[in-house]
Amino acid sequence: MTYQYPSHGQGQGYGQGSGQGQSYGHGYPDSPTAPVVAGWNDDRTGWDTPTAAWSTPPTRARVERPRSGEHLLDVRDLWIEFATRDGVARVVNGVSFHVDPGETLAILGESGSGKSVTAQAVLGILDTPPAVVRSGQALFSGEDLLTMTPERRRQVRGQEIAMVFQDALSALNPVYPVGWQITEALRSRRGVSKAEARRRAVEMMDLVQIPAAAQRIDDYPHQFSGGMRQRVMIAMALAMRPKVLIADEPTTALDVTVQAQIMDLLATLRAELEMALILITHDLGVVADVADRITVMYAGRVVEHADVHTLYGAPAHPYTRGLLASVPRLERRGQGLHSISGTPPNPVAIPAGCAFHPRCPYAQQMCRMTEPTLLRIGRLDRASACHFPPEALDARHA
Amino acid sequence: MSDLEMAATTELGTHAADTPPAGATPPPKTRSLAADAWYDLRRNWIFWVAAALVVLVILMAVVPGLFSGADPTACNTRRQFAGPSGGAILGYDFQGCDVFSRTVHGARASVLVGLFAVLLTGVIGLVFGMLAGYFGGWLDALLSRVVDVVLGIPLLLAAIVLSKRLAADRQGSGIATVVIVLGILGWTTAARVMRSSVLTARSQDYVAAARMLGAGPLRIMWRHILPNALAPFIVVLTITLGTFIATEATLSFLNIGLRPPAISWGIDIATAGKHVREAAMPLIAPSLFLTLTVLAFIMLGDAIRDAFDPKLRR
Amino acid sequence: MPVMPEPILRVENAVKHFPITRGVVVPRKIGAVKAVDGVSFDLRPGETLGLVGESGCGKSTLAKLLMRLESPTAGRAFLKGHDLFRMRAGDLRRLRRSMQMVMQDPYTSLNPRMTVADIVGEPFEIHPDAAPPGNRDRAVRELLEQVGLSPEHANRYPHQFSGGQRQRIGIARALALRPEVIICDEPVSALDVSVQAQVVNLLERLQDELGLAYIFIAHDLSVVRHISDRIAVMYLGRIVETGTADQVYLRPTHPYTQALLSAVPVPDPTARARRQIIRLSGDVPSPADPPSGCRFRTRCWKAQPRCASEEPPLSQRAVDPHPSACHYAELHQVIA
Repeated sequence: MTYQYPSHGQGQGYGQGSGQGQSYGHGYPDSPTAPVVAGWNDDRTGWDTPTAAWSTPPTRARVERPRSGEHLLDVRDLWIEFATRDGVARVVNGVSFHVDPGETLAILGESGSGKSVTAQAVLGILDTPPAVVRSGQALFSGEDLLTMTPERRRQVRGQEIAMVFQDALSALNPVYPVGWQITEALRSRRGVSKAEARRRAVEMMDLVQIPAAAQRIDDYPHQFSGGMRQRVMIAMALAMRPKVLIADEPTTALDVTVQAQIMDLLATLRAELEMALILITHDLGVVADVADRITVMYAGRVVEHADVHTLYGAPAHPYTRGLLASVPRLERRGQGLHSISGTPPNPVAIPAGCAFHPRCPYAQQMCRMTEPTLLRIGRLDRASACHFPPEALDARHA
Repeated sequence: MSDLEMAATTELGTHAADTPPAGATPPPKTRSLAADAWYDLRRNWIFWVAAALVVLVILMAVVPGLFSGADPTACNTRRQFAGPSGGAILGYDFQGCDVFSRTVHGARASVLVGLFAVLLTGVIGLVFGMLAGYFGGWLDALLSRVVDVVLGIPLLLAAIVLSKRLAADRQGSGIATVVIVLGILGWTTAARVMRSSVLTARSQDYVAAARMLGAGPLRIMWRHILPNALAPFIVVLTITLGTFIATEATLSFLNIGLRPPAISWGIDIATAGKHVREAAMPLIAPSLFLTLTVLAFIMLGDAIRDAFDPKLRR
Repeated sequence: MPVMPEPILRVENAVKHFPITRGVVVPRKIGAVKAVDGVSFDLRPGETLGLVGESGCGKSTLAKLLMRLESPTAGRAFLKGHDLFRMRAGDLRRLRRSMQMVMQDPYTSLNPRMTVADIVGEPFEIHPDAAPPGNRDRAVRELLEQVGLSPEHANRYPHQFSGGQRQRIGIARALALRPEVIICDEPVSALDVSVQAQVVNLLERLQDELGLAYIFIAHDLSVVRHISDRIAVMYLGRIVETGTADQVYLRPTHPYTQALLSAVPVPDPTARARRQIIRLSGDVPSPADPPSGCRFRTRCWKAQPRCASEEPPLSQRAVDPHPSACHYAELHQVIA
């Protein structure tokens, strides 16, 4: 699919003085204080909850979305808790996102933001207990992954949705050759013959650009370098031609030169195989290179989502702004890095109101009291969970 | 640089603001890993059952009078296999002794043998494990071979030989003999466990950090390695205590452990076994106590291991 | 150019080979992993030398050598004029006060069974003569304040702190003996982005306040750029290029440096089209059997027969006045 980027996508770097609201281009009235109707009335999703002004106490009411099956994978209002010794850890609190074929969605968040747990829940590999999925849906082609029978879920997992993990060394079984592992699912589920499986393994290894695939098919995982092991794992995930590939920090353990290769490979494969790719990462650099859309998570909530150019060019949420500002840049040799004060909250004791308020330079009384809802900004698929619209944030420090 | 960027920045001077962990989180109280383990233990019913049984057995060993007023040695063959009467709630055995009283008094020998043997085991195992694990190299190779050799000695055979040799110069119940036999043959598991947890602890970054500060081997072993390597070792010792009690009974049953006039579950089981057709209770009572005691120590060890295992914890 | 002060640390041809042995009873050496293979550099008081390279290039082994956690195979390293590599235990102990290290993983570098006060105060127990006169507790509290931690937390245990806070505890421990050199081995790579910046800022502030010299080891080239005055790029146990931060980042002449810089992800989606990533073929060769001549030649797109036969020295090249170990050094600007 193609995606329309907003017109201001050219180098509108955050921090270079985006000035007044005109740079956001869409949707906002001139005065930042005027009430902005920015509820979930996006035609694409069919949500319709008119939320009036910024001062309206936000509601967390579940919103019914009548049409289903519009997106390939559509996660709606997911809530997940863990029972811990210190109390109930609210790890995922009302997360929604969706992906379509041929699209890359990045879920960006720091440790403890709930991004990996969300992915595990969608894939049905979350250990329950200690985890409890309180509510929510994960619709794959209209079918709820969370309520389907275990047999059906096993079918979907691997065949329709597959996952690539960060640590390829521990995700691969050391006692079997890689070729055997790549085609294990093919043999056990599709009953492919041995000779055919071998042929397919070579094909898959070629696909992920492992050199001399035919010779290396009988090698064991430890005989491969880190980058090659990651390729083996990608080949394994793709053997069943899934429609959705979830990659959880796929390059974090790798060196930069290898990192670039793997991200390239994922982007190419996504386009070639018309897959939806969900990239879970904390690395703003990696995301900028490959993502189409970005969902930013903080303390188990989605705090902002936007297309990649808008998010980097004109971040709306103070957390996203701070995060972007605190990344050291190769081309900039600064005097002091910008940092967000404090530490991410403990999921057992998420601050009341806006979870980010103890670390937010813009925080007001209302931020401590009421939790902001994720409000749409403009006409695009763009939203931010802040009481203040971006212009108001800019104006506050003008 | 825009104002916005400035605003998103917290300058260095305000770092104090981030010191209360995680913003609004109520500051947790000082809580050591042992306190965490205790928290887990308190919620584990197996721990409480095991602990209650252990306390009961120890009480029986220390003050048997609390449970049974009758003298276990006041036997009278006229009461042979007599049924329960008066204080003797479990009746009488072959020699006309009070079965319940003998069983209660038998705890002392078992607990004494178990405790002292485990102490001996602990000392040998700790020293061997720590030296082998910390210094490694040829010392480790040597000590590990010693462990292999000791492991290769069949316990019963060695016990027969040793107890014959030791008992020759000794009168009395033979408690010391059994303790020495168990101690010098039973320390290998503890030493191996200690060695492997010392190896793990030694490769930790905090040990490297101490070395970089200039800490000597004694400080590193005592302050940094021992506290972090002790938990699995204690677990093994607890379980060993249970098995030692069982082994003591086995040796006594085979007549190479304690000897009368000592009162021991093993001796009583041996005697009662010969007359099980006449009366089952003299066999059942000590067997049951023995089983429960061994089980209690093993369960206690398991519960402690679970509490200290960080993998089971979130 | 101002007069260069005397280097506080001078490393000459440091070598560390880990023997590969076979046989259990009588081990015999069948080869060696050449983790660090002839590294030389100077570190001047108050400056930061950034050490970059991919995993397996030997940068962490070099740090361990300098801290004498590993014993060197050859070479010399003068800390304030004393050769660290030829020092007996007693003297080494005293010299350790001048050089400390901050480790990568804040979760394993603190003893979980000691309170923060014990951890930060331990240096004073090991070196009683280095302890400040008077109350040791007060010194610990001051150290905690210095790294931005509340002294009230002194009797908590490490696991009650977040990663960033633990890293601060590690920094406080390293500062206790008032060292002049601190080796930072990937000090922020285990931390969240939002916390990384705090720790980098703290390190910079401490350097200003205390006049510390840093050896800053990291694989994240952006962080290194940010904090370093000079940079050394390592590949397979050797330094392939070194110079000031601007020289190495803006005017790299070694192909490996150029490839490394080009691969750094840029947090700017508009740069996608402009960026040209230099793709290196193949993997890093095994340090047990490094290629002849130039070690980078097996992955280099400019390799010539000469590269296999003749090892390029780390010397100034005509193109730019900073040392580069490439026969065919040429400028190639990677960063816009």
